Amino acid sequence: MSTQPALELRDLRVAYRVRGIDREVLRGISLSIQPGEAYGLVGESGCGKSTAAFAAMRYLPRNGSITGGSIHFEGQDITSIGDDEIRELRTNAISMVYQNPIAALNPTIRVGKQVAEVFELLGKPSDEAHDLSLAALKRVQIADAEAVLERYPHQLSGGMAQRVIIAMALASNPRLLVLDEPTTGLDATVEAEVLDLVRELRAETGTAVLFISHNLGVIRTMCDRVGVLYAGALVEEGPTDEVLHKPNHPYTVGLLRCIPRGGLHKQTDRLDTIPGTPPPLGATLPGCVFVDRCAIAKDTCRTTPPNFVELANGHRARCAFHEQAASMPRAVDGTRSSGIGNSASSSSELLNISKLSKTFAQDSGDVRVLTEVSLSLRKGETLGLVGESGSGKTTLAKNLLGITQPDAGSVITLDGKTLGATLRDRSASEVGAVQIVFQNPDSALNRRHTVMRIVARAIEKLAGKSRDEAEDTAQVLLNDMSVDPILHSVKPTQLSGGLKQRVAIARSFAGRPQLVVCDEPTSALDVSVQANILNLLVDLQSKENVSYVFISHDLGVVRYISDRIAVLYLGRIMELGSAETVFNGPHHPYTEALVSSVPAIDGSQRVRVRLGGEVPSPANPPQGCVLNPRCPRMAGSGVEHLCTSVEPDLVEAEPGHFLRCHIPLAQLRQIQDK
Amino acid sequence: MTTDTLKQSAAAERKKIRKERFAQLRKNKAFIVGAVILTFWVLCALVGKFLVRINPDELGFLNGVETDLAPNATNWFGTDSNGRDVFSRVIVGSRPIIVMATLATVLGTVLGASIGLVSGYLKGWFDVIVMRILDAISAMPVLVLALLALSAVGGSSSVVTICIIGFVFTPIIARTVRAAVLNEAELDYVAAAKLRTERMPHILFKEILPNVLPPIIVEFTVRLGYAVFAIATLSFLGVGVELGSPNWGSQVADHYNLIFSGLWWSTIFPAGAIATLAIGINLIADGVTEAFEL
Amino acid sequence: MGKYVLKRIGLALVTIFLITAAIFFMTHVLPGNPAERILGNTAERANVIALEKALGVDKPLLTQYWKWLSDTVRGDLGGSIQFSVGAIGTEFGTPVTEVLLPALGYSLRLAAFAFIFVVPLSIAGGVLAGVNRGKKIDRILTVGGLSAAVVPEFVWAVILAFVVGVQLGWLPVNAYPDSPDPGFFTVIHHLILPALALMLVLFGYISRIARAGVIEAYDSDYVRTAVLKGLSQRKAVTRHILRNALLPTIAVVASQVPYLIGGLVAVEIVFNYPGFGGLLLDSVNYRDYPVLQASVLIIGTVIVTVQLIADVLFAVLNPRIRQKLEQ
Repeated sequence: MSTQPALELRDLRVAYRVRGIDREVLRGISLSIQPGEAYGLVGESGCGKSTAAFAAMRYLPRNGSITGGSIHFEGQDITSIGDDEIRELRTNAISMVYQNPIAALNPTIRVGKQVAEVFELLGKPSDEAHDLSLAALKRVQIADAEAVLERYPHQLSGGMAQRVIIAMALASNPRLLVLDEPTTGLDATVEAEVLDLVRELRAETGTAVLFISHNLGVIRTMCDRVGVLYAGALVEEGPTDEVLHKPNHPYTVGLLRCIPRGGLHKQTDRLDTIPGTPPPLGATLPGCVFVDRCAIAKDTCRTTPPNFVELANGHRARCAFHEQAASMPRAVDGTRSSGIGNSASSSSELLNISKLSKTFAQDSGDVRVLTEVSLSLRKGETLGLVGESGSGKTTLAKNLLGITQPDAGSVITLDGKTLGATLRDRSASEVGAVQIVFQNPDSALNRRHTVMRIVARAIEKLAGKSRDEAEDTAQVLLNDMSVDPILHSVKPTQLSGGLKQRVAIARSFAGRPQLVVCDEPTSALDVSVQANILNLLVDLQSKENVSYVFISHDLGVVRYISDRIAVLYLGRIMELGSAETVFNGPHHPYTEALVSSVPAIDGSQRVRVRLGGEVPSPANPPQGCVLNPRCPRMAGSGVEHLCTSVEPDLVEAEPGHFLRCHIPLAQLRQIQDK
Repeated sequence: MTTDTLKQSAAAERKKIRKERFAQLRKNKAFIVGAVILTFWVLCALVGKFLVRINPDELGFLNGVETDLAPNATNWFGTDSNGRDVFSRVIVGSRPIIVMATLATVLGTVLGASIGLVSGYLKGWFDVIVMRILDAISAMPVLVLALLALSAVGGSSSVVTICIIGFVFTPIIARTVRAAVLNEAELDYVAAAKLRTERMPHILFKEILPNVLPPIIVEFTVRLGYAVFAIATLSFLGVGVELGSPNWGSQVADHYNLIFSGLWWSTIFPAGAIATLAIGINLIADGVTEAFEL
Repeated sequence: MGKYVLKRIGLALVTIFLITAAIFFMTHVLPGNPAERILGNTAERANVIALEKALGVDKPLLTQYWKWLSDTVRGDLGGSIQFSVGAIGTEFGTPVTEVLLPALGYSLRLAAFAFIFVVPLSIAGGVLAGVNRGKKIDRILTVGGLSAAVVPEFVWAVILAFVVGVQLGWLPVNAYPDSPDPGFFTVIHHLILPALALMLVLFGYISRIARAGVIEAYDSDYVRTAVLKGLSQRKAVTRHILRNALLPTIAVVASQVPYLIGGLVAVEIVFNYPGFGGLLLDSVNYRDYPVLQASVLIIGTVIVTVQLIADVLFAVLNPRIRQKLEQ
C-alpha cells in the first residue's frame, strides 16, 4: 500500500454556470484521506459536499468547472488528465455509491446485466462476469441473489437497490470508495443494515472512504475523521470524537446544539438555533464565510478570511477566536419556563380513533393498509407516530384529515362529536379544527401566491372572516411566527426553507385548530432550521393548547417532542405508551430493533438488535403476529407457536403502556436488560 | 441579517433573475430574427393595405399593364396572370392568414386548456372518456376534416376554418395541459386548498392554472405556427378563405404551373412569404420554450 | 400480454367504426346530391328523382349507412359516382376498388419512400443533436429542423420544384415518369423531389423527440452511474441512452402518420402525381360518396393500425408496462 494519501484536495475551487454567470461552489478546500481511512464530510444543504464527492471522481455537471486548485489520487495529479486515464481510474481504483439507488440504475436493463457490466469493464468475458455478479450480490448479503439478478430496478426496494450499488462499487476492489448520502431516504432499520454492511466490507478490503452526509450521528459511527463544510469552505476538521466532543468553530458548536439529543425534552429544554440563512450560491464572501450568522463575530472577521488554527491530534479549526466558540452565547434561551406536559396529563380527551381500517382496491386484489387502529389523544398532548415504509402512518394521517375515506366501521370523534368521514361531510369549523403541516414546504405553498394571500385566504374560509378582517388577522398571525411584515407580499420562492415552513404553519393555524397533524415537518429542512421550527411548534402548543400527531422517521426528534408515542408496523399499532417508556424499554421487539438502529452522536452504542428479511407486502401479511418472520425475540421466547398462528391483541401491559406481543412484559424486561 | 437587508436581497434577487432571463432571450439570435420577421408581417397585416402604392386588386390588363411580367422597377415582384401587382398582393395577403391563425390558436388554447385542466384534476372516468374522444379526434388528419367541413358549408368560410383548426388543436393542447395538471395536482398546496373547503372551480383556476401557464404559453406559440401551416395549405387547396382578398395560398395555387415554364415570381414570392412567416413564428416559439425551461 | 393486444385491436376496430359513422353522417349533410351534380341544374325533376333512386340516395340515412357497412365488410365498396359508364337507370359506376387501388398504390410508394428515409435520418439527427447539446451542430439541427417542419409541404414542393427542378435541372419535376415501362430506379429518381418535400416537414418533429429523449437520458442518474463505472461516453450512449430515448420516439413516429397523409394531398397536386390525395379532393368536390367513404375508411384504418402497432411495441419494449400486463 502506498504511503501517499488516497485522496488529496489542494485548495480546490469549483464553480457552476447559472444563467450565464459562474458561481463559486467550492472555495478552495484542502483535505487529505490516508489509505484505509474513513473521512466524513458533513454539512447542510448547499454547502458543496456532493460537489466535493463528485470532484473526487473528476465528474462535474455540464455547467460545472474546476476554477482552481488540484485533485490528487495516490499522489498523482488527476485534475486535468485525459478522459481515457480518468476512465481507467473509475474502472479500477475509485468507485461511488449514490443517494438514490433505484434512480441510479437503468430502468430498462435487468439488474444482473448492469452488475455484470462492471466486470466486463475489468476485462472478464461475459459468462465469467455473470458468475462474478452472482458472487458480488451474495457478498452484500442479498438472499436469493439469482432471482435479484433477473429483476428490473423498479422491482427492488430501496435497501436492496443500495446493496446492488454497493456490490457494483466494490467489484473492482477500489482503493477509494466515495459514498454520497447513501442512506438518506432509507428506513432506519434498513439504514443501519446498509451502514453495517459498509463497515464490514471496509474492514475486509481496507479501502479508503469518503463519506458524505448531513447526519452527524451516521458520521460518528462510520468515520475516523470528519470535515465540516459551510458555504463551500472547510471550517473545521479532525478526528471524529475530537470534533464532536470539543468543537472549536462556532458553526460546529451551533450545529451540535441544534440537535435534539437523548435527555432533552420539550417540557424543560428549548433547542438552540443558528440564526439567519446560508449565503446564496456563489456569493462573494471577502471575510469568514460564517460571519453573518456567527455569535462571536468581530469586525476583522468580515474583512479578512481566517486561517486554520492547528489544535491537538490533527484537529484544526478555521476561526480566529476559536477559544470562545464552545462557550459562545446561545441564540435561544435553553430552558423552558412554562411546563407543558403537566397540563396535558390532566386535560380532557380531544381525539378518539376507534377501529380505523383502510383498504385500497387494486387490480391484484384488496390491500389492507390499516387494520383496526384505535388510539386517543388529550388536549394539548403530542402523540408521536413512528413507523417505517408500509407502516400506514401517512394513510392514518390522511384519514384523520378527511382527505381519504376510512373503511366502514371506523369512527373518529373530535371533542365528543363524530367527525364526517371525508372533507365534504365536515363543516368549515370541523375542517379548520383538524389541520396539517406538510413535509415539503416547496410543495405545500402555491408558488404563485403571496404569503399574505396564502394565510389570509385560509382565515377567510376557515374562520369565516371578510377579506379585510382576514388580512389583518393574517398580519398578526405571521408576526407571531416571526415572519417579518416586509415579507408578506413576497412569493414563497424567495423565502428560505425555514421561512416557508413558518408560513405553512401560520396557514395551518388560521382556523384555530385543535389538532394539527405534523407530517415530517422538519425532514426537508437543515438541522439548524429544524430546531427553529420545533421550538415554534412547541411554543404554539403551550399557547393554544393544541394537540399534535407528530409523524417522523427521526427518532431523536420524536422523542424530544412527544408526550406519548405509537409505533406502527404493517398497519397495526405495535406499541403505545409514554415517550420515555417506549424509548427506554422494556418495549416491543420491533421498537427495540428500531431504537437500536439509530446511530447516536454521543457515541453511546445500544446493542444492535437486527430484524431479518424485508418488510412484507401489506397485500400478503404473515400469519399470526405480522412481525413473526423477522422478530428478533421470537426464538427461545417459549411462545413461538402463538406468534406464528395467532395475532396478538393490543393489551395494556402496565398502566398507560400498551403492547401487541405474545411475550409477557416481565419476560421482555428480563431479555432486554442484558 | 436584519429584515431590511433580507427584504432588499429578496427583491434584488427577483430583479436579478428577471434581468438575467431577458439578457439570455436578447442574446438568442434566433429569437431576435423571429421577432423581427413577425413584427414585419404583423405590420403588413395591420397597415399594409394603406401603404402599398399599387392596388392589389387592380386588374392590370385593363390598364395596359402586361400580365406575367417579370419583376421590374414598377412591379417589384412582377405581375401575375391577371396583371395584378404581386408585391402589393403579397403584402396585403398577410392579413387574412395572420388574423385567422391567431383566432384559431386562441380558440384551441382556451378550449384545450379548459378541458386539460378539468380532466387532469378530476381523473377517473371523466378523464378516460375525454381522453378517448380526444384520441379519436386527433386520429384524423386535420386536412381531411377541414375539407369535409368546408365543403359542407360551400368551401369558403373563414369562420368554419377557424373553428375547425381550433377544434383540431384542442386535443393536443388539452393533452399537454392535462399532463402538467396531473403533476401539479400531486403537490401539497392542492390538498391544502381542499383542507380549507375550497371548491373545484377555485382550485382549478385560482390555484392550479397560474402554475401551468408557462406550458400553455409555450403551446400557444408553437400552435400558432401550425395554424399558419394549416391555413396556407387549405387556401392552396381552394378552400377556407373567402375569395376576394388576396391570400398567399390561392396565389400559389393559381400560378404554380407557370414555374415549369420559367415564370416563377407569381408563385415563389407568395410561397416565400408563407415560409418566412411560419419560420419566424417558430423561432419565437423556440426562444420562448428555452426561456421557460431555465 | 396477448390479452392486452386483443383489447387494443378491439378498441381499434371500434374507433374505425366510429370514424366511418361520423364521416358518413357528416358528408350526407353536404348540400346538393350526386344526382343533381351528374345531370346538372337544368335537368328534369323526374330524371333527377329516377337517378336518385338508382343511386340509392333517396333512402333514409340509416338505411344507406347500413347498406354501405354490410357491403364493405363483404369487400364491395360500391360504385364511384364520378367515374361512371353506362346509361342512366342501369347498374353503373366504376367499382370504387378499381378507382382507389391504383391511386393508393402510387401514394403508398411515395409515402413509403419518404418514411423509410426520414425516420432513420431524423432519429440519427436527433441523437446527434442531443449528444452535442448546446454546441453549434445541435443549434443548426434543432432550429433548422423545426423551421423546416413549420413550412407547409406545398411550399417546399414549389420551391424544390423551381430551384432543383427547373433552375438547376438536377431532378425531374414530374413524379410520374413518362416512359411506358419505367424501371425501378427511374421511378425512384422521379419520386425524390416530392418525397423530399414531405421529408423536410417530418424531420423536425421526429428529431426533436429523439433529441429530448437523449437529453433526458443524458441527465439521468443511471447514465451518471454508467460513466462513473468507467464507460466511455460513446458506450454510455449506445448501451444506455439509445434504448431509453427510442421509446418516446416510437410514439411520435406513429403520430406523424396523419400529417403525412395531409401532406400527400398537396405534394401530389404540385408534382402532378395520380395518387390518392387528388382523388380525395375530387370526391369531396363531386360529392362522390362511395369514393369518399372508402377513402376515409382507408385513412382511418391506416392511422389506427399504425397507432396500434406503436402501442404494442411500446408495451413490449418498456419493462415496467410489460410486467404490469403479464401479472
